[in-house]
Amino acid sequence: MSETFEPVIVGFLCNWCSYRAADLAGTARIHYAPNMRPIRVMCSARVEPQFVLKALREGADGVLIAGCHPGECHYVEGNVKALRRYVLLKRMLRQFGIEEERVQLVWAAASEGTVLAEAVDRMTEQIRALGPLRWYDSVVVPASGSLIGDDGRESAATRTRTAKEK
Amino acid sequence: MATKHKPKFAMYWAASCGGCEISVLNIGEKILAVDEAFDVVFWPCVADYKVKDVEGYRDGYIDLCLFNGAIRSSENEEMAHLLRKKSKVLVAFGSCASEGCIPALSNLTTAEATFRAVYTDNVSTDNSQGILPQPVTKVPEGKIRIPSFYQTVKCLEQVVPVDYIMPGCPPEAHQIAAVMDAIISGAELPKPGGAVIGAGTLAVCHECPRQKNEKKIARFYRPHEIVPDAETCLLEQGIVCMGIATRGGCGALCPKVGMRCEGCYGPLDDIPDQGANMVSAIASVIEAGSGPLGGVDEAALEREIEAALETLADPAGTFYRFSMAQSMLQRVRSNGS
Repeated sequence: MSETFEPVIVGFLCNWCSYRAADLAGTARIHYAPNMRPIRVMCSARVEPQFVLKALREGADGVLIAGCHPGECHYVEGNVKALRRYVLLKRMLRQFGIEEERVQLVWAAASEGTVLAEAVDRMTEQIRALGPLRWYDSVVVPASGSLIGDDGRESAATRTRTAKEK
Repeated sequence: MATKHKPKFAMYWAASCGGCEISVLNIGEKILAVDEAFDVVFWPCVADYKVKDVEGYRDGYIDLCLFNGAIRSSENEEMAHLLRKKSKVLVAFGSCASEGCIPALSNLTTAEATFRAVYTDNVSTDNSQGILPQPVTKVPEGKIRIPSFYQTVKCLEQVVPVDYIMPGCPPEAHQIAAVMDAIISGAELPKPGGAVIGAGTLAVCHECPRQKNEKKIARFYRPHEIVPDAETCLLEQGIVCMGIATRGGCGALCPKVGMRCEGCYGPLDDIPDQGANMVSAIASVIEAGSGPLGGVDEAALEREIEAALETLADPAGTFYRFSMAQSMLQRVRSNGS
């Protein structure tokens, strides 16, 4: 792993709390890692598992989902649904060889700018230690060739991108 | 006997079990209409044509080619390229060709581990010298080549362009018959370029006659752990039925007889990943965490949800049983921790 590796974290932030927490962290001039690319969603429950998989496939080293504390959801229990999905998704990702630290869920209320900033700092360092993920280029593409040696007839098509891009 | 004016028909199997061929024969006496309408010019299962014959055909000679089976080896891929070149209409026939199916479950492990399981560690295999198949073997007379084994199982569409996709493990006979009828009668088919034919556009649940109520699943059961009642939705009973995330068209055959839908018709239109879709659906209907939330202990809530979901065995293998090759992640990361 090179010294200059900067993790790319895609952050899905709930409009009603965590996005405001990020805003607050900004206006309060809290210094924290610039590695998260925030995406505002209306609720942490808006984050479908396929969003997470797509982010990972297309180059993210980690995904952060941030929502309101349980009991404080703008839509009553959206965040609990997000938690259930997250727990199941995490178990499934483990089967694909993806470390737990790469996908995280944090609760950050609108007043908790420091909580969000600390979560981003912590996650950035954890992923920096794990190294890059680069799923498509380092997992899908290298495994597209053949197993044993090269029998000299490997077709060019095995090295091209999948026909149906996700 | 091949006559000139009849359209030419071919069917090929790559990494598959042969069930697709059986399903074609299952269309009953309609097979006579197929025989009447087409000349079979290649179909290893039923007719004695060789690859050499296919190589000899001019490009586009075959009017309709049903290709079943996944791309597991270099031979599968070569045949895919050959048949693409020789066929006017190439159909990814069945779940293996359309999305990987059971062969692609081995994408959850490595090819090396697959070889170990098959050739050395298998309890019924005696291979004390640890001999593994090699793509090239030197013998006194020269070199012997066999196809090489790919690290990742792919579906047909990932190696050649496909005109139509016909899902199912296997595609149901009535769907095959309907498609054959349409082709023979010259009815208009959807625009080629990967369109799904011979399947529904709604989920399996839509065809399932079981009683559906509001779902609150306390825990999950594997099929051998429970005798489902005959009336209620299987998912409500804690059986991981994939019907909610699976394309219909099969007539909900499995849930009708008390067996969970395993998802063989693949995801619905515009759903890029069946497994992710299933995670989303399942997580919405479990009971854990549905109690009052005021002043809830966050760590306890997470543990409660974890405990409920712990009863769901092998999520990746269950949710991607048929669609691993077409999924977003596609395979395991073997260089990870």
